[in-house]
Amino acid sequence: MSASKGLPADIAIPESTARVGTPAWQRAVWVVLGIAVAAAPIFVLESFHLFQLTMAVIMALAVLGLNIVTGYNGQISLGHGAFFAVGAYCTAIFMSHYDWSFWATLPISAAVCAALGFAIGFPALRLAGHYLALTTFSLAVAVPQILKHKSIEDWTGGVQGLFLVKPDAPAGLPLSADQWMYVVTVIVAGACFLLVSNLIRSRIGRALMATRDHPTAAEAMGMDIGSLKTRAFAVSAMITGIAGSLSAVAIEFVAPDSFSFGVSISLFVGMVVGGVASVLGSLFGGLFVLFVPNIAEAISKAAPGVIYGVILIAFLFLLPDGFAGLLRRVAARLRR
Amino acid sequence: MLTRRHLLAAGAATLAAPAIGRAQDTPGVTATEIRIGNTMPYSGPASAYGVIGRSHEAFFKMVNEQGGIAGRKITFITYDDGYSPPKTVEQTRRLVEQDKVAFTFNQLGTAANSAILRYMNQRKVPHIFLSTGADKWGNYQDTPWTIGWQPSYRTEAQIYMKHLLAERPNAKIGLLFQNDDFGKDYVAGVRDILGPRYEQMVRAVSHEATDPTIDSQVVSLQQGGCDVMLTATTPKFAAQAIRRVFDVGWRPAFHYLTNVSISVGTVMEPAGPEKGVGIITSAYLKDPTDPAWDNDPGMKEWRAFMAKYIPNGDMKDGSYPFAFGIAQTLMHVLDKCRGDFSRETIMRQVADIRDFIPATLIPGIKVATSPTNFHPIRQMQLQRWTGSTWQRFGSVIEGANV
Repeated sequence: MSASKGLPADIAIPESTARVGTPAWQRAVWVVLGIAVAAAPIFVLESFHLFQLTMAVIMALAVLGLNIVTGYNGQISLGHGAFFAVGAYCTAIFMSHYDWSFWATLPISAAVCAALGFAIGFPALRLAGHYLALTTFSLAVAVPQILKHKSIEDWTGGVQGLFLVKPDAPAGLPLSADQWMYVVTVIVAGACFLLVSNLIRSRIGRALMATRDHPTAAEAMGMDIGSLKTRAFAVSAMITGIAGSLSAVAIEFVAPDSFSFGVSISLFVGMVVGGVASVLGSLFGGLFVLFVPNIAEAISKAAPGVIYGVILIAFLFLLPDGFAGLLRRVAARLRR
Repeated sequence: MLTRRHLLAAGAATLAAPAIGRAQDTPGVTATEIRIGNTMPYSGPASAYGVIGRSHEAFFKMVNEQGGIAGRKITFITYDDGYSPPKTVEQTRRLVEQDKVAFTFNQLGTAANSAILRYMNQRKVPHIFLSTGADKWGNYQDTPWTIGWQPSYRTEAQIYMKHLLAERPNAKIGLLFQNDDFGKDYVAGVRDILGPRYEQMVRAVSHEATDPTIDSQVVSLQQGGCDVMLTATTPKFAAQAIRRVFDVGWRPAFHYLTNVSISVGTVMEPAGPEKGVGIITSAYLKDPTDPAWDNDPGMKEWRAFMAKYIPNGDMKDGSYPFAFGIAQTLMHVLDKCRGDFSRETIMRQVADIRDFIPATLIPGIKVATSPTNFHPIRQMQLQRWTGSTWQRFGSVIEGANV
């Protein structure tokens, strides 16, 4: 389709040609392999590492959400921590006040976050670049305080936060709560990754990227930029909100202190390190965000922030286009 | 021949090993080591409290140099949680499941400890001497594996009310509190002492942590005919309250102020030092800047520790004497375990401290617990603002038995 003409060649085209060139049986092998890799930790890791991995997958999902709006659509958001918080609170409120099951809260938090994202998308139409970044940032700063407000304290639990309980594995499955949580997370995250990668390779995905790369040309080709941008925001907020829901049950506790603006910045870091505009890169981003601060702390207790900064700079220097870029280069070399 | 001898030795070792293992099957405790876990905000908004963790590291180094405890060295593992509850959960699980600590000690932050409260109690891991003043850590029925250390906010309010009733039994009290866990603990403490007279004696108004000012609350208390004030709020609002009370010309007979908000730099000076003269608050630790303690043996002990193990620490920072006192309390408990460091024994000894006196506590204040008292410190001394410093007065007052 002609809409992809305006794209830089190294971003979308190699990926799509690679996929098109793979025969069906090979793709099936990849899927089976992927499921095996995702399932292996259940049997290999002990519960603490499994919990860490669960959190990493959750962060990866949140980064994926951010990647849609910032990576693919070019609207910089420093406020995705707010959607993460809203998703977490939706699940926490319904689970702790109304004893809903986790699965039932998931569509609600997805819908609420999508609506919120859609609403935020409107002012975003008029704000570009740095201004949009600051506007979304203010959202991230405001949300923890709003959560403490008196008028909604009965639901949110104010500064005390809310407690909830991890869902138990269905009867008959010999899994511990931690193992089941990992399975749930992988299923939800896997579904979201699959849907997003399909979305990105579709007509709409190409339109999103065209809007990012050359809005005037995109509009001239008949794309409705306004609706594309607001919808990108909605989908993006929805996915980050789902990640927030998962995090609430994995941690079993939500409080305003859990969602400081640092969360938004971590997501942004994860996106850049993993690879801007890359679905697979988001997965690496999530792993980075969760594990690198621990590595930094293991190296130096006195100044973990400095070590983290050095690692981050080293990554940006060695992998200027993120993990995803590295993978692309390796793949390109192998194909030659 | 050598190989056979090696085999014999190895065989003997394997035979001996299970016996040792059986004697000490508590995670984190071996014949030579006891592992203690901790989380602290070394980064993030509350990183100023990180010195508490550093002080503990130095303290346990000192203990190890002096021979350790019951023949074992202490391994103190402390991680950064950035004052973020999800990170506290992750780091605590790492401590318990991966590092296999025997227990966690002095984790900091009300929200952080709330997040792991159920985890620790489900797993029956001692979660002891927390760095937070919330009253809920004293709930020995529901969370028997968790215990605080410092006087709770509720105890503090009880102490103010005891002083007030002795001085002015028919006061009309204006209670200004922040509408959260922290402020509500003070309301509970006032109720504990006044009982049925609460409704008649107290006019309580709250404010939100997000409010811009508390001017209208102060005015409503003044117009309500209150002649005593109790301010239970965080530093910014405390400074506003002190100034507002003075500026509207209200001169309450007593003005009690939570000891969370008594910093000279962030409360008294911004409010105007002369506007707060006579305000009463409370203390339980010796203030390292108070010249009265220059020749105090306890503070000398603390200064000697600082000079040797934390030579570049800020000697004015009250977090160091706090950390020293709490670490001494832990050593007292471990001593009492007499080499049996099972989790049950540790908890049993934690709940059986009889009038222990750490070096950095104000004379007369003792650490005491029992199976039905999980509030280790329940006494404080009052102090009054002179316009330039806090001056202690009167004797040590004990909170109520509730």
